[in-house]
Amino acid sequence: MEELSLNILDIIENSLKANAKNIEVNIIEDDNKDLLLIEIKDDGVGMDEDLLKRVFDPFTTTSANKKVGLGLPLLKLEAESCDGGIFIESEKGKGTTVKICFRKSHVDTPPLGDIASTIVSVLATHPEVNLHYRHEVNQKVFEISTEDLRKICSETICTPLVLNGIRGFLNEQIKDLHGGA
Amino acid sequence: MDKIKSIEELRKLRETAQSFLKARQGEAKVKIYISMGTVGIAAGARDVLLAILDELQKRNFTDVQIIERGSMGLDIEEPVVAVERDGVKVYYGHVTPEMAREIVASHVINGQIVSDWVIAKE
Repeated sequence: MEELSLNILDIIENSLKANAKNIEVNIIEDDNKDLLLIEIKDDGVGMDEDLLKRVFDPFTTTSANKKVGLGLPLLKLEAESCDGGIFIESEKGKGTTVKICFRKSHVDTPPLGDIASTIVSVLATHPEVNLHYRHEVNQKVFEISTEDLRKICSETICTPLVLNGIRGFLNEQIKDLHGGA
Repeated sequence: MDKIKSIEELRKLRETAQSFLKARQGEAKVKIYISMGTVGIAAGARDVLLAILDELQKRNFTDVQIIERGSMGLDIEEPVVAVERDGVKVYYGHVTPEMAREIVASHVINGQIVSDWVIAKE
């Protein structure tokens, strides 16, 4: 993946496949601690201990029409090569939390990329899921949930006009977090 | 479109969208399926989805439902987009954002299948 926002989309897709109804995306950027932390928490079916042990094995997949699953193993490699790491907590029936951290200033740390597009992609294709997004940059915070957006946009939330509007709105908010243009 | 900078502006946008929605009743006329497994995402499915949204907006077409399908088992053809219209489901492979725009204009809106890019029909 070229940017971390695509990895985030990939992990959210895993959560959706695990029947998650509530998904939290938490991003923390901290220049003092030189840290970039991404946390994705869901209330999906979760994994038992055996599967949890094997999630970073590329020959582990829950998909019936595939033999390999490369999303998490490659991300682990990427994080570890940037002085970071990836941690997964999961309990059968309770849900899964994936935490990924990077040393922010590491030369190989991929850009966070277009988070707004990732959020809108999920919104467009899974309007029924509640996604909570929180983004903190050096203690400045922006957060919003699909529930909030649904209250504002009601039944129009799935129209291309409103989805594009939301994408623009999120982009502006994220730009603000990073100190404007 | 102007940049949406506040919740208030988003609320105004809803009113515009509502007038388009009034024309639509019941189930959407066209369904667009997009495959968003790991391979699809890595091959550019997100940009294809955004191009579809953008083109639909430009043409004020709201009689459509976008459905995400995970991997359709056609990894080698990713990004894969399927259009269901008039009872036929047509799969397109190796879709770029530019192709996606043309598929929206010809097939989704006007019902003309773009035969050169079709990989399967159902």
